[in-house]
Amino acid sequence: MEKSINISLKVWRQAGPKVKGEFETYKLDNVSTDNSFLEMLDILNEGLINHRKEPIVFDHDCREGICGMCSLYINGHPHGLDGETTTCQLHMRRFKDGETITVEPWRSAAFPVIKDLMVDRGAFDKIIQAGGYVSVNTGGVPDGNAIPISKVDADEAMDAASCIGCGACAAACKNGSAMLFVAAKVSQLALLPQGRIEAAHRAKVMVAKMDELGFGNCTNTGACEAECPKAVSISHIARLNREFLSAKFKD
Amino acid sequence: MWLIDSSIGRKLIMSITGTFLVLFLLFHSCMNIVVIISPTAYNAICAFLGANWYAVAGTSVLASGFVIHILYALFLTYQNKRARGAERYAVSKTQKGVDWSSQNMFVLGTVIFGFLALHMYNFWFKMQFAELTGIHTGAYDPSKGAEYVKDLFSNWIYCAVYIVWLSALWFHLTHGVWSALQTAGLNNKTWLPRVKVISNIISTIVVLMFMAIPVYYLISNCSCC
Ligand code: HEM
Ligand code: SF4
Ligand code: FES
Repeated sequence: MEKSINISLKVWRQAGPKVKGEFETYKLDNVSTDNSFLEMLDILNEGLINHRKEPIVFDHDCREGICGMCSLYINGHPHGLDGETTTCQLHMRRFKDGETITVEPWRSAAFPVIKDLMVDRGAFDKIIQAGGYVSVNTGGVPDGNAIPISKVDADEAMDAASCIGCGACAAACKNGSAMLFVAAKVSQLALLPQGRIEAAHRAKVMVAKMDELGFGNCTNTGACEAECPKAVSISHIARLNREFLSAKFKD
Repeated sequence: MWLIDSSIGRKLIMSITGTFLVLFLLFHSCMNIVVIISPTAYNAICAFLGANWYAVAGTSVLASGFVIHILYALFLTYQNKRARGAERYAVSKTQKGVDWSSQNMFVLGTVIFGFLALHMYNFWFKMQFAELTGIHTGAYDPSKGAEYVKDLFSNWIYCAVYIVWLSALWFHLTHGVWSALQTAGLNNKTWLPRVKVISNIISTIVVLMFMAIPVYYLISNCSCC
């Protein structure tokens, strides 16, 4: 049932990449619990604009959990407290009347703040550009059953492919490691025949790019898996380790 | 060199040295437990290893294992701190399913290292070192290991210190053992939880075998006074 709540928001405001940021607190009354978290921010921004103040900058696009644009560290969790949901899928009914909600940008050396809550996640694009694709020409679409693929592999590849590249894994990781993201991208291709051909090369160049961009060393804490809105499993990280190590030992 | 330049290469070094240390601990604890079962047999082991060439060679390999593990631990931890960035979260919560030890491996390692120094002074310096150099550092002849252990643990403070140390080791190992396997590329969704259980069992066996000794002396000293 729809209810209204009054909340306080402690939001990180930072005018630009090189400027020092700080928290600012906003009070927002009569927020409908049916609002999504981003709609609530829209309402807050409308109020700010009406008062001729700078609106809060945050990333968003599809608002249905598929594009990976939304971010935000809400009350100590990337994408908020709910499991397997993105920030755009988070609703105000998950908050209590009178609650203070702390909203921060992703904080990781490889994701510098652009403005307020928006960070530059270009590092992930660079990792993909390094090798996260298939470059062989596979010709026309083959017959459905021409290449048999086990159900287990197909499912694993699909699970890995559900990664939306949001960066919550690296944001939550105490080591600032991007291993879950890279592992998902390497796994989704390595498990299927088309991507298998370049798997060894892909693992090497993507890991090299990840290291070069300043992401940390994974120590298997598992925070990434717990916070990933798509519940990508850390068993993909073990697969990436194996792909990488066997490629290096073959050299 | 990819073992230094790449994150997974560095992790592999951590994993190999870590596993090597675990295997050593298994061997070490099996020997130690003998002191409870039969002090005479324990003395025989002490005399057999002593400062013979094979024991000295083993000790050097072991020491280099420790040095590499610790140097890489410092290197990785420094890099990870830097990767996290200068700004910290004002609010950050530990996720469900994330072990406390997995986030505190360096702290646990440092605690282990501190007590390790004491342990080296207590035993290695007074037994193998004394035998090697001929300098008399301890009150006991190396072949009287059991008497020396008994003497040391007649002090309850030493018992307590060793028990605390071993607890830190337990935490380090419960994460370390499965993490080492994950790093080496053992990937399997069904086996991941099982590997974690196996890792807990191995750590518990190792630590219990070690801990039995101070606990044994603590209890036997208590009942006689
Ligand atoms: C008896 C001594 C020790 C044993 C048996 C041991 C064992 C292990 C094992 C098996 C791992 C997992 C490797 C991996 O994740 O790939 C590990 C990781 C680690 N150890 Fe140790 N270790 C010992 C002492 C130390 C010391 C003295 C330090 C540091 C001062 C230390 C710091 C670390 C760190 C920082 C990690 C990284 C965590 C990770 O990558 O998961 N350890 N250790
Ligand atoms: S692995 Fe999960 S948390 Fe990481 S980028 Fe992909 S969807 Fe986001
Ligand atoms: S806005 Fe697209 S996933 Fe949230």
